Amino acid sequence: MNGFVFQAFVYLLAAVVSVLVAKRLGLGSVLGYLIAGVLIGPVLHLIGNETEDLQHFAEFGVVMMLFLVGLELQPRALWEMRAKLVGLGGLQIVATAAIVMTIAMALGQVWSVALTIGLVFSLSSTAIVLQTLGEKGLLKSDGGQASFSVLLFQDIAVIPMLAFIPLLALPELSQHAEDVAAASGGHASASLVDGLPGWQVAIVTLAAVAFVVIVGHFLSRPIFRIIAAAKLREIFTAAALLLVIAIALLMSVVGLSPALGTFLAGVVLANSEFRHELESDIEPFKGLLLGLFFITVGASIDFGLLWAHLATVLALTVTLMLVKAWVLYGLAHSFKLQGSDKWLFALGLAQAGEFGFVLLSFTVQNAVLPPDLAAVLLLVVALSMMLTPALFILLDKVILPRFDRRQAEEADEITEPGSIIIAGLGRFGQIINRLLLANGHKTVVLDYQADVVEGLRKFGVRSFFGDAGRPDLLHAAGLPSAKLLVVAIDDVERAITIVKHARRENPKLHIIARAFDRGHVYRLYQAGADDIVREMFDSSVRAGGYALTALGMHPYEVEKSKAVFVKQDRWGLRQLAPLWREDVEVFNNAEYIARSKEIGAILEAAMLGDRSALHDRTDRGWTPPGARERPDEEKTAG
Amino acid sequence: MARVLVLFAHPGQRHSKVNVEMAKVARGLEGITFVDLYADYPTFNIDIDLEQARLLEHDVLVLQFPIYWYSTPSLVKEWQDLVLEYGFAYGHDGDRLKGKRLLIAATAGGDEQAYNPQGRNHFSFRTLLSPLEQTANLCQMEFVPPFVLFSASKAALDGRAGQHLGDYRAILEALRDDRFDFAAARHFDVLHHDTLPIQGATQ
Repeated sequence: MNGFVFQAFVYLLAAVVSVLVAKRLGLGSVLGYLIAGVLIGPVLHLIGNETEDLQHFAEFGVVMMLFLVGLELQPRALWEMRAKLVGLGGLQIVATAAIVMTIAMALGQVWSVALTIGLVFSLSSTAIVLQTLGEKGLLKSDGGQASFSVLLFQDIAVIPMLAFIPLLALPELSQHAEDVAAASGGHASASLVDGLPGWQVAIVTLAAVAFVVIVGHFLSRPIFRIIAAAKLREIFTAAALLLVIAIALLMSVVGLSPALGTFLAGVVLANSEFRHELESDIEPFKGLLLGLFFITVGASIDFGLLWAHLATVLALTVTLMLVKAWVLYGLAHSFKLQGSDKWLFALGLAQAGEFGFVLLSFTVQNAVLPPDLAAVLLLVVALSMMLTPALFILLDKVILPRFDRRQAEEADEITEPGSIIIAGLGRFGQIINRLLLANGHKTVVLDYQADVVEGLRKFGVRSFFGDAGRPDLLHAAGLPSAKLLVVAIDDVERAITIVKHARRENPKLHIIARAFDRGHVYRLYQAGADDIVREMFDSSVRAGGYALTALGMHPYEVEKSKAVFVKQDRWGLRQLAPLWREDVEVFNNAEYIARSKEIGAILEAAMLGDRSALHDRTDRGWTPPGARERPDEEKTAG
Repeated sequence: MARVLVLFAHPGQRHSKVNVEMAKVARGLEGITFVDLYADYPTFNIDIDLEQARLLEHDVLVLQFPIYWYSTPSLVKEWQDLVLEYGFAYGHDGDRLKGKRLLIAATAGGDEQAYNPQGRNHFSFRTLLSPLEQTANLCQMEFVPPFVLFSASKAALDGRAGQHLGDYRAILEALRDDRFDFAAARHFDVLHHDTLPIQGATQ
């Protein structure tokens, strides 16, 4: 137990400190995690050989990441990507593998070993690239989309590679391989489809995919609705995790890539009203697991081996990255990527990836590569991943500035037009939403009541299920780039939290907040809301107006009276604001009470038309000359 | 029987001495449609279709209001701007009000002598109302000389208020009963107690 707590302490401390420092220095979180891993592993020896096990566990972060990527991608968008996916992705793998294979053979490797190396190195790091692109907000750019296509195709291509590589086994290594396979559980763990004829494998595979699509499309919504109705947040989170893990398990059993399966499930759920909630539930797990994964990459670097083969490893790494970048740049050119997107694509994907680790240990088990060669190649993979953040810095500091103007012009086309978030879709938020929609605006609506969301979706309102009090959900709804946030929830404390958070995240945002009472108005103002509306104020004034009309007051007098009342009340609110104190109950705030009484007297006088006491009179301008001190014969009569 | 519509506009009825009494007279007469514009449209959201329909249902329009800054209270201007639409009241095919009559029933603060080129107000009352007169012309309506109570704030004190109320009743009844002598009215600049063009009047 103590050992576990200590390990967790070391990992988390290293992560928090390194990532914060890296972020401060503008290096991005991935490099921070990698450095943290190097520090606690090879440098300080705070962690031991559990690293490798942890790494397999942490690879699940990639699976979650693809689920999240799928959630962001509508099925139609995926279909539109098909040319890029197969064209870019396929050509990238073939070209890179061929060139790497040629170089390896020139360096004296057997063709089968050379081909294996080519395949291993043709893959890039989904974890690093998507994480970094997401952090930089470049996922939606052309370069980001192209990168994503290639990464997705690579993730798919891993499956046939796993099937193909054992065929390249070297006879002289077989004995050793059996020992290794016996010692470790291995990645090529027996699956359900082992030993089945090809056509049956195909049927099982198709059935599994169909199962994911059908369950995702038809069953997930009612199930999530039931879970949501229970209003137990942790159960919803558990269900979200269960979904991802169940799909990953199913895919492993039928011999498909778990990452691919969850990606598919994500795409199926991209239209669901639970999308944002799922996103924000899975996101922290994905982040932590990926972080852990990067730490283990850093920690797994064998410095002894590295020093021994320093020149070789460095030369191989640089050569590999140059080859990959060159192939990618050529592809970017033929697929008509422009300017900075071309460079983003070429440099971003120039590393080897986490699947390289998987494939390398797999090749050793299957006697395809000699273990000592695999160990050196493992260093090349790790080092190229370590260097990727440096390439992104190069991209940021040297290459992107040259394209800045161009990018700014293009940005208009990529970004969606100013987004509006409405938090809370009760009686208050619904009216606001209707008014905005009626005037041709697009809104993103968040509410915690699944039945409300479900109902509104039937009317075509873009509503999402989720607790708007959660910063991550607001983030997923587009807070960083939103123009307007309406906080229409009826929870006093959560409204304050949301306003504070939103103001911090997006200083330019215009925030309209629903207030419960005066105290809430003051607190919302301090929290940074721009327009604050007391939820009952305007409707109460209207009801009061009807009361006056019913009592025989002329409707226009009622309007004027209401106008003066509203103006006076809001003036009073501003007068009392400095006296209001968050730590003192209003009934115990003597100053506040005294001033409140004074203001009450002024208001009453104003309503009854006592000129001496007020700023506004209900009748100013319409009183006949006789009723005024200074006769104005022309203006009025009658 | 002519159909008479009285549109009454006064934003400060609490303080009104004569206009509200005039409104009561109009409201109390049978066969006359009375509308308090500020009561129907306290937020100025005028129902254009309803107002146009009302105009079509009547032969004579009486606009009753206190003079504010040589003109109408603002809601009457809003009413003009919205209700007298192109294609309805004027312009191409805009002849729906053709042949109808417009009578202004106004109260003014200044005395009659103030309303002439040598007086304090420098223009005659009729001249000052020329925008309304030309509005009637453009709508092909007959502009009847306005029925005015001058020095309205003093009228209650010197007994002219009661007289004016009686005259107003007589005019509205004459319009309703086709006893109003439009031809005789054309000889006057404005109408008041001494210039009532009513057939068979005994006052």
